[in-house]
Amino acid sequence: MIRLALPLVVFALLVGLLLTGLFTADQRQIVQTPLIDKPVPDFSLPMLHEPEIQVTRDELLGQPFILNVWGSWCPTCRDEHPWITRLGQESPAQLIGLNWKDEREDALRWLDFYGDSWDLQLVDYVGNTAIDLGVYGSPETFLIDHKGIIRHKQIGAINDEIYADLVARIDQLMLEAAADQALAEVES
Amino acid sequence: MVRMPAAVLLAFAITSWATNPIEPLEFSSETERERYHSLIDEIRCTVCQNQSLASSDVPLAADLRSAVYAQIREGRADSEIRNFMRERYGDFVLYTPPFAAHTYLLWAGPPLLLVIGGIACIFMIRRRRSMLQQRN
Repeated sequence: MIRLALPLVVFALLVGLLLTGLFTADQRQIVQTPLIDKPVPDFSLPMLHEPEIQVTRDELLGQPFILNVWGSWCPTCRDEHPWITRLGQESPAQLIGLNWKDEREDALRWLDFYGDSWDLQLVDYVGNTAIDLGVYGSPETFLIDHKGIIRHKQIGAINDEIYADLVARIDQLMLEAAADQALAEVES
Repeated sequence: MVRMPAAVLLAFAITSWATNPIEPLEFSSETERERYHSLIDEIRCTVCQNQSLASSDVPLAADLRSAVYAQIREGRADSEIRNFMRERYGDFVLYTPPFAAHTYLLWAGPPLLLVIGGIACIFMIRRRRSMLQQRN
């Protein structure tokens, strides 16, 4: 009896293993970043609209912000653009764009056509800051708290479900920032 | 008139090809060159995940290759370059993951299976032998 059942059991286990593999394939494509709970890497990047002005990491700290990596060459960025627009309009945190490996002309034309609801657009033409951030595909969206710690990373396009999750996380970061600020005021 | 732009484009293509040939990377020694090639073979392209930096053609792989190159020229050690990649992209970026708590099964699994199989073989052989002896 065992001799007969054993191969069947092994077969069933194998089928189970392969099926889970099949249905979790999309998740396994995502490379989990080791940068969660680590500080945002230092950078100094020019603004897209005023390229002569450089913005550094430290200038952005103090309030939570959203860092959205995009490029005019990236079709998925177009897909997520309606949610980015909403984020720019509704989010209490600053929405900062990181225009990645893009030509300035193309980026400006893209923004003209689709709409620009980012509070600030920075340019990483060479791609070194993106490497420091562990960016491997766009769009990617980072949530960074008021102390400059990366708290969350969304890889791939935002949809309704992800949008709600991001908003909840941003609210949490805003609360933390407000609490720290109140504490600092009490102490001083 | 219609053909003009094409001809101009072709002329541009030829001149840019002539002035920008794919330049071979310069290394100060043969060991440096070998280190570069073995590193880009060992680092995964996170975009096209079953290719290494050496075999991938996507822009990010080119960026990471030049990062490896620049760091070799700066005199950084292989382990430093590997750590640079790991800090940014995680263990997954290396085709040879480190031996750590979460990879024990990965590294020890195959030898463990071999040992289990070996033990099973020994038992089976012994049983057959005793069955044969009983028959004799």
